[in-house]
Amino acid sequence: MSQPDPLFEFLLRMGDNALILGHRLSEWCGKGPVLEEDIALANTALDLIGQTQMWLGLAGEVEDAGRSADDLAYFRDAYDFRCCLLVQQPNGDFGQTIMRQFLFDQWHLIALGDLRHSAHDQIAAIAAKAEKEALYHVERSAELVIGLGDGTEESHARMQAALGLLYPYVGELFDPDAADHAVVAEGIACDPASWRELFDTQAGRVFAEAKLTPPESRFFHKGGRTGARHSEHLGHLLAVMQSLPRSHPDATW
Amino acid sequence: MTPATEQIWGWLDAVPDPEIPVISVVDLGIIRDVRWKGETLEVTLTPTYSGCPATSVIEISVEQALRDHGLDNVTLKRQIAPPWTTEWLSDKGRAKLEAYGIAPPNPAGGPTRCPRCQSTNVKRISQFGSTPCKAQWQCRDCLEPFDYFKCI
Repeated sequence: MSQPDPLFEFLLRMGDNALILGHRLSEWCGKGPVLEEDIALANTALDLIGQTQMWLGLAGEVEDAGRSADDLAYFRDAYDFRCCLLVQQPNGDFGQTIMRQFLFDQWHLIALGDLRHSAHDQIAAIAAKAEKEALYHVERSAELVIGLGDGTEESHARMQAALGLLYPYVGELFDPDAADHAVVAEGIACDPASWRELFDTQAGRVFAEAKLTPPESRFFHKGGRTGARHSEHLGHLLAVMQSLPRSHPDATW
Repeated sequence: MTPATEQIWGWLDAVPDPEIPVISVVDLGIIRDVRWKGETLEVTLTPTYSGCPATSVIEISVEQALRDHGLDNVTLKRQIAPPWTTEWLSDKGRAKLEAYGIAPPNPAGGPTRCPRCQSTNVKRISQFGSTPCKAQWQCRDCLEPFDYFKCI
């Protein structure tokens, strides 16, 4: 297919974001700083993987080539993934993981709240379901960003460093391309650029309370959601995530 | 003769939730509809959380229970809209949860009281717990930790 179907592209972007972030969070399983946080990270991962099944399941139906959600998750290579660069970033320390989570959750909540009104019934239904979970996620990640940002000298310094490191990956979430414009025109999705102002207001409120300062520069890296230039981390993540089904492609649970 | 749907609801009310066996899948509010379509019984289920691993176990239990009552021609429909809400939890289910030691959901965002000693002096330990639907709280009076059924 020379020209990708914009609806398929859109569904991959939603599904791949949830899948890759869900996998990243699952890397914490058994290694969280305290038991409660370990469980919280694993539960958040579980919600995201559940959402992935819905998005990629629908993507498979739309594509109509006989690929299931699992086929799309496990048998595509990095250049066919459409996740943003932010979710590919390594976990780093706990603070960095929480900062990545907050930036994503805040975007996710706004995006899903808007997609709930999609003209596409199934997209509206998935968004309404996922929005409830995203709201719960952002309550937790925002609270932790505030607690750690306005915490000790050490925790503040780490959170400020995490914000500086991850902020250049935020802009991509609000940067539409031709595929976005095509689904917007059909009333299926909304223009990601229209979410920026609300994001800045809501995230800004949390940063102020956390005594954290986002970088002044709005420069951002891109290439994840289009698949044109993924980070160097994605291939390594996929090698781990996909190794089992690729080694035993016919295995059943 | 096909059994009436009221009777089938009664049978399903005997199917326990796999994670919290003290309440039934009907108490949980995930059975949204039971209807005959010709010779086939169609049961509509709405999952609680997107990634909840209990969902497929529940589907198997529902099918098994109906088969045990002699119904072989059953289709299960998974419906996500409108999304599941804890408002669908039955009053019977809420009472059973509390008696079991799990504080029932409360729109104010936290448990009203400790399910063991009824003290209202409670604090949150973690927003998440042993299953996707629960959070961990603790009573400041009897000091017992307890599960709280998240309100969504």
